[in-house]
Amino acid sequence: MSPATLKPAEVELGEPEQQDVPEQDRPWIVIVWNDPINLMSYVTFVLQKLFGYSREKATKLMLQVHNEGKAVVSGGTREKAEHDVARLHSHGLWATMRQD
Amino acid sequence: MFVPSPIERTPDGDFRLRLSAGERELLTSLPTELTALIEADPADPGLRRLFPPAYEHDEESEDEFRRLMHEELLAGRREALEVLAESARSERLSGEQLDAWLRALTDLRLALGTRLGVTEDTYDQEIDPDHPQAYELSVFAYLSWLQEQAVAAALES
Repeated sequence: MSPATLKPAEVELGEPEQQDVPEQDRPWIVIVWNDPINLMSYVTFVLQKLFGYSREKATKLMLQVHNEGKAVVSGGTREKAEHDVARLHSHGLWATMRQD
Repeated sequence: MFVPSPIERTPDGDFRLRLSAGERELLTSLPTELTALIEADPADPGLRRLFPPAYEHDEESEDEFRRLMHEELLAGRREALEVLAESARSERLSGEQLDAWLRALTDLRLALGTRLGVTEDTYDQEIDPDHPQAYELSVFAYLSWLQEQAVAAALES
């Protein structure tokens, strides 16, 4: 997967001047939480499949979930975050969203 | 000793299943049982990991999310479980069927793992044959192994 595909999410996740941005325009983030049931390989597979992340990026995020208890896996508008959370839920991952 | 993988990608791009009659029987009956549980009461605490909240601290948004998404998520789960039950006796799976298997195996493990109170230590422990849930624990271990194999097969493509 080309890095260009990943760029918008990273740009949207930035928070340079949060206090100047009206609340409804602040980006949303999607968080995957650690759970003792989902296999590490499966979580990596799902992140690759749903977001088109490289094996390397998906593995890094999975390890962050595993070691730190959670990781931000995507973000953007509220609609995009809801869509991503629903797709993660359909694959059995424990995902939530909140405004950054 | 070489043990062939139970799920293996073929040169045609589909997936060959090598499972015993007992495994196929289990993979036919478990999804049917879980579907019955979901249909009886999707709000059953034992199924909470199948339907986690999207919004943690915002009840209003969470209600709205459920209103919009719950039926679709429920239908997707039923469909994947049905694919698993119906194709468990097949010799080969399409890529689409394997994808449904991955989701259905996840749901079976989430439901069973929640009931068993699985922790990360569960995987390292030998199953005591006298444990009151020894059978369920061995089914959980089997499903975990099978899913690992299914993920490996999916990643080959």
